Amino acid sequence: MAGLTGRMSTVIKAKVSKLLDRAEDPAETLDYSYQKQVEQLQNVKKGIADVVTAKKRLQMQESSLQQSVVKLDTQARQALAGGHEDLARAALERKNVAQTELQSLDTQVTELEQQQEKLTESEKKLRAKIEAFRTKKEVIKAQYSAAEAQVRISEAATGVGEQMADVGLAMQRAVDKTENMRARADAVSELETAGTFDDVTQLGSGEDDIDRQLKELSSQPAVDEDLAKMKAELGQGDAVPAPQIASGGADGGQAESKP
Amino acid sequence: MIVRISGEDQYRLEDSERQPLNELENKVVAIVEAGEIDGFKDAFAALLEFVRSHGSPVGDDELEGSDVILPPADVSFQEAGREFTGEGLIPD
Repeated sequence: MAGLTGRMSTVIKAKVSKLLDRAEDPAETLDYSYQKQVEQLQNVKKGIADVVTAKKRLQMQESSLQQSVVKLDTQARQALAGGHEDLARAALERKNVAQTELQSLDTQVTELEQQQEKLTESEKKLRAKIEAFRTKKEVIKAQYSAAEAQVRISEAATGVGEQMADVGLAMQRAVDKTENMRARADAVSELETAGTFDDVTQLGSGEDDIDRQLKELSSQPAVDEDLAKMKAELGQGDAVPAPQIASGGADGGQAESKP
Repeated sequence: MIVRISGEDQYRLEDSERQPLNELENKVVAIVEAGEIDGFKDAFAALLEFVRSHGSPVGDDELEGSDVILPPADVSFQEAGREFTGEGLIPD
């Protein structure tokens, strides 16, 4: 089969045969292969641990952003009640950005969870193959002449080698995904460090860099909508005829749980 | 014939199933060549589904090389394109 499948088969087969060419002595090949396999298994375990670490980091960011959302909502409400609409708007812009980040973090955490599951499954499979190889290795050493052994070794090593190459590919893909997410997580961290989600009452009067950035990042229609809703809840005049759905959750924390 | 779906499993298929498998694969290749992102997902899923439904999984304790290795189920159109044009999913 040419095309799509051809390339992949070729590369994996080349990797496997490279492994087999190592040694003249069959027993040596066997032990070398086995040693490589065990190493690879350790790598996979490390890969899984890396994915888990990345996931934990994102989850920590999630919970900190959730707190920010609640806090900013409360502040917006207080600002509006005190007649500071600008301040309320600024808080809602921040809240909007935080919520958008939260959604994307959520998607990423789910994706990492899937990666983790897949790798764990691959690790299990590889472990079983390595175990089978270990058993076969001793049988081959004990029972076959050098020439015969070479054939058997080649068969066995191809089976494991392919599994190793495949797990290697899965790990590579997991690492790539984790890298992308790390970049994203760093960007969120930067926003946090820059005070984006900090106490909005600390804001100066003039527009600072953060404000300008936020205006670009946040969705203005969503912010307008939030503001109108909040005004309606507070019974303030010129608000859009907002639906009364939020009447049960008048305090900031509760209204917050709805996107 | 043994077919591996990368990141998943190895499957044992009858030799008589080589032909229909080949046809499904050619369809995917044609779609990738034509740059039809929309058709790719379904065509590739159909290829994998054929392997899963017609093949029986090779046991974890069996050491067998595959005759065909298919890219993983979550392969993107871009990756499939690279795979097809020869750069490959796996660096040499």
